Amino acid sequence: MVEAVSEPPRFEMRGVRKVFGATVALDEVDFAVRSGEVCALVGQNGAGKSTLMGILAGALKPDAGVMQIDGAPYAPRHPLDARQAGVAMIYQELSLAPHLTVMENIVLGVEPTRRGLLQRDRIRQIAVAALTELGHQDISPDAIVGDLSPAGQQLVEIARALASGCRVLVLDEPTSSLTHGDVRTLFDLIGRLKRQGHAIVYISHFIEEVKEVSDRFVVLRDGRNAGDGITARTRAEEIVGLMVGRALDDLYPRSARARSEAILTVEDLVPGSATFTLHRGEVFGIAGLLGAGRTRLLRTIFGLEAVTSGRIRVAAYSGAATPHERWRQSMGMLSEDRSGEGLARALSVADNITVTKLEPLGLTWPAFTVLPSRQDAAAARWIDRLAIRCSGPRQAVAQLSGGNQQKVAFARLLHHDVDALILDEPTRGIDVSSKAQIYQLIDELVSATDAGLHPAAHSPRGGDPGLKGPRYDNTVVRRPFPPSLKLRRTAEALAKAGQGRQKAVLLVSSYFPELLGVCDRIAVMSRGRLGPARAAGDWTEHALLMEASGAHAAS
Amino acid sequence: MRLRRVLTESGAAGVLGGLLAVSLIFGALIGPQFFRAANVELMARQTVIVAVAALGMTMIIVSGGIDLSVGSIVALSTVVVALVLRAHGPAIATAAAVAASAACGAVNGLLITQLRVVPFIVTLGTMLLVRGAAKGLADERRIEAPITWINDLLRTARDGRGLLLPTGIWLTVALAILVALMLRYTRFGRHLFAIGSNERTARLCGVRINRRKCAVYTIGAALAGLAGVMEFSKLSVGDPTVAVGLELDVIAAVIIGGGSLLGGRGSVVGTLAGAAIMAVIQIGCSQQGLPNWVQQIVTGTIIVGAVALDRWRQTT
Repeated sequence: MVEAVSEPPRFEMRGVRKVFGATVALDEVDFAVRSGEVCALVGQNGAGKSTLMGILAGALKPDAGVMQIDGAPYAPRHPLDARQAGVAMIYQELSLAPHLTVMENIVLGVEPTRRGLLQRDRIRQIAVAALTELGHQDISPDAIVGDLSPAGQQLVEIARALASGCRVLVLDEPTSSLTHGDVRTLFDLIGRLKRQGHAIVYISHFIEEVKEVSDRFVVLRDGRNAGDGITARTRAEEIVGLMVGRALDDLYPRSARARSEAILTVEDLVPGSATFTLHRGEVFGIAGLLGAGRTRLLRTIFGLEAVTSGRIRVAAYSGAATPHERWRQSMGMLSEDRSGEGLARALSVADNITVTKLEPLGLTWPAFTVLPSRQDAAAARWIDRLAIRCSGPRQAVAQLSGGNQQKVAFARLLHHDVDALILDEPTRGIDVSSKAQIYQLIDELVSATDAGLHPAAHSPRGGDPGLKGPRYDNTVVRRPFPPSLKLRRTAEALAKAGQGRQKAVLLVSSYFPELLGVCDRIAVMSRGRLGPARAAGDWTEHALLMEASGAHAAS
Repeated sequence: MRLRRVLTESGAAGVLGGLLAVSLIFGALIGPQFFRAANVELMARQTVIVAVAALGMTMIIVSGGIDLSVGSIVALSTVVVALVLRAHGPAIATAAAVAASAACGAVNGLLITQLRVVPFIVTLGTMLLVRGAAKGLADERRIEAPITWINDLLRTARDGRGLLLPTGIWLTVALAILVALMLRYTRFGRHLFAIGSNERTARLCGVRINRRKCAVYTIGAALAGLAGVMEFSKLSVGDPTVAVGLELDVIAAVIIGGGSLLGGRGSVVGTLAGAAIMAVIQIGCSQQGLPNWVQQIVTGTIIVGAVALDRWRQTT
């Protein structure tokens, strides 16, 4: 709770405005955080959070507005100014030197020296003091940072911020690479730092985290203050409502779904000890905690990792296969690691969307050709359909925001028109409106009954405004494969047969409300073993968590 | 308009500007005779060997790889041409040299994909291997060979064959167009960019990486073999000690031309311009009477400058 309102805030910005070319990124934004307070900054991607933090960190210069730290004017010209003024940023991607020790990292850049020589004892003192302040004497100052877990590395980074005497600590999506237990530890630590009188800014997409960790929240939407309040007195739905500017009910659309034939059958598959069947017209969810082996299971099914034992059957094909063959069997996968695996970031939107299926985009003869203009046309259709914000099909994917990047990765599966979609954490780290769009898409894919895919207007709830655009149409150039490879022909024939029919979705997520909202059936994976599937209605968030953490045996 | 878009996308516009600038500087220093047809032809002939090998290297670098064995393959190719010419005609000799070189490339590709050793190390090894094989094959001597039309490939058009320009230059132009079309308008080309940009993504997307890599090293080496045939044309003997360090010139041409050693970037137009820049500097310096060391300093500066400029352009 907020007390001592009379006390001036540790950090305050008023009327901050920032314009990039024709776009107003921030318009008259106010933001403040007091010492001994955790203030959450929430908003969708593109709402202006990054710009605001860039200004706070000295990376950007505001066009108007004033900032103060402890009542003194604060106008950093570059990031070093900000650091010296006591503003420390902890980003999603950690910025540590992995080959150096913990204590070397803690003093990195501000090493105490005497006559040009390092003072090893002094470095150790500083490091130990900082780690003690965190309550984590369990981390040895001599450990090599690269050997620590992501959580340990994050602690080292926070220790570095404390050692440099920070006054405002900014945590940007700090839990994205942490396990459940580590998140707990981090929250305890945040509480501890708060009681020590630090001012903490917490940025997250996870409303549950915001609810749990923050005292106050500030919502940005379209570069303006959309609202703020005391976290404990506000419901999660209200916060999300402020972020999206509409009610939360639309988030998980659910049309009538009819389960039909099996499309993927897995029996006693190791790794994963998994047995399940995925049908057309259903979303099958796999719940679990980070490190439970869910990603490994998906990768094994898709042929990215070796099968130890067991059977996999995809439509008419049985046995293990390479990713190349899986695509031919009309199965596609969305990677959890968007920038490391999911997308070729330097390549264009068009290249990324069309890479798995270039065959229909070339000349009839010679058949190995690809016409960039047709790649662009194919991509443009999905850019419209998914409302991907980009300058055009030729823009490099790296220049897009996270949510738009994810839509590009998703569009690849749609371009290929696969029957079975394997989605690994499809909404991780993306903004609420992109999330809503992806849920809407999943629903449409599994509930389609009419020819052509299923236009947004068919959704009984009216759907997301972003999804209104040109509808799916199959007029895009399509030609038969060259009859060279038997496999190709069969695959194409099967894909043709499956066109316009409901798809099947296999969904892995760590975010249980999402699973409960989207899936028809859910199975839980715990310690490398997949449990039995049950209808989504039979699960609760609590039950999923109990099962996932192995708190009680499956019944 | 379209051409301009292609050029800016591939970053080749800057390199062409650089080529123009370097030419103008030497033109200003040396005078109008620098731009006379005979001189331009001389520079083009000088460019050809590096350029042909660099076409293959462009593809390899786009796929995120590198081939250090190119110089050795060129030497092997000259030896094979000379040996085969003793018993057979020039067409068979050329085919044999290209085939032998392609085989070296296939070995590179297989070692890289099957042993999963990085291309730098594998081709560092095969650089010595192939050089040794060339020397063994030639019994550590230069191999004399009968005069055939191969010797005319790079002879000036005035006293040899060739329409307007030597046949070797036309051949290079044709190959360049072929490689450029391949990179832009074929599945193979698009897959090379995908592999070079992010190999894990390419794998996820069902690109058969091993096949593509074997193919690209084989094609690259075959082009190096063809560069070897051109080298033979210049030397008129098979010489296993020729083209030591040529791979560095070839890589430099690709890098000046906007290629990235991290993969995913590179263009044929850029590479050709890069090779031409180096030739212009070489010939310009010698005609200006500048010693070899000046020429090396200038070339070195251009390489570092080109990459730095590219970096700067990317970040702004």
